[in-house]
Amino acid sequence: MILVVDMNWKKDSLSLYEFVSPIISVIQPLEDCEVKHFWDIEPTELSAYSKIVLSGTTLKDQATLKHIDKFNWIKTYGKPILGICAGMQTISLVFGTPLTKCLQIGMAEITTLKENPLFLGDFKAYVLHNFSVESSETFETLAQSAKCLQAVKYKQKNIYGILFHPEVRNQEVLKQFIKLKQ
Amino acid sequence: MRLGVLFSGGKDSTLALHLAAEKEEVACLITLVSKNKESYMFHTPNIDVTVLQAKALGLPMVSVITEGKKEEELADLERAIAEAISRFHIDGVVTGAVESVYQASRVQRICNDLNVWCFNPLWKHDQKALLETLVEKKFQVVISGIFAYPLDEKWLGKQITPQIISRLVELQKQYGISPSGEGGEIETTVLDAPMFRYKIEISESSVEAKDNCGVFLINQARLVPK
Repeated sequence: MILVVDMNWKKDSLSLYEFVSPIISVIQPLEDCEVKHFWDIEPTELSAYSKIVLSGTTLKDQATLKHIDKFNWIKTYGKPILGICAGMQTISLVFGTPLTKCLQIGMAEITTLKENPLFLGDFKAYVLHNFSVESSETFETLAQSAKCLQAVKYKQKNIYGILFHPEVRNQEVLKQFIKLKQ
Repeated sequence: MRLGVLFSGGKDSTLALHLAAEKEEVACLITLVSKNKESYMFHTPNIDVTVLQAKALGLPMVSVITEGKKEEELADLERAIAEAISRFHIDGVVTGAVESVYQASRVQRICNDLNVWCFNPLWKHDQKALLETLVEKKFQVVISGIFAYPLDEKWLGKQITPQIISRLVELQKQYGISPSGEGGEIETTVLDAPMFRYKIEISESSVEAKDNCGVFLINQARLVPK
């Protein structure tokens, strides 16, 4: 069972249709999944899930970035996590790596910098973000666009952050994450 | 949160309005009336019916005329959204975008520039499921434009029913047509929907069609009790 974390500013919001439902429609044919809003996460219940996906949010929504204390479980979960857009920004802040202003909207050219199990080569992806993350010693940089980092991996665990939206274009990235071994 | 809905009077913007109203307060409709029948961004057949639809919904409208030239119409859209912010104090904009990154990203940019939220509640949803939702929720939707082979004038004015959905899905398999018209293959006009206080009755209509392009024009219509 995969947990999809709804990162939108409130539970059952209008953004659920846009940022969570498309992720579910990619995962569900391959594996069972469940949605929980980030306010409702109980760290003690997370062992029931084989993997966790953190959704993106709309541009104006920065609720998770203001409540990083709600995400300390990311450090202790121990199984693969994929953060999409706001999810990547949140993962970065949890491990103390600051964000950097980077506005991109629409299709962008992504360049893979390091071999990884989620994607390879150069490809076009849908991006919608106000911030990227700074490069740091804590994370490996996996990919970038002309403007900023687009994918990172926490060096010590299978915790990935991708800024582009694989539920919109490049659904294969999400499918590859589902196939990851623990 | 007060929202303005980009409203063409077709099935997608009306369904987006319906979903938005279930979650937040819809304060106004925002309609671009394009003089260009091949507008990149804005639906054109029966756009005048939006005035009746707004009355049926009991919602005020911001209506802006655009020449429909490729990038200029974006400036017109920005002007319309800015007017909606000023007059109706909206915090966000709702669109009926389903697949078009071109359409969605341009609205996202305008909303970002104007510092308002942007919502696309139909984004990436299964097109057949969206059509079925319309039937299930008792939307009355007619096909008001056809723009692809093998669609012909027999489709014009037809109501979206389970049978029509099945036929569109067959055409998707045979000819690659997007069943909900995402590639501009069909346009629609909504005559009734759950939020409508009145429904629209067509008293005079006409068809203009040649080969695989055509429109069902609503020349006269009125609101009648549901």
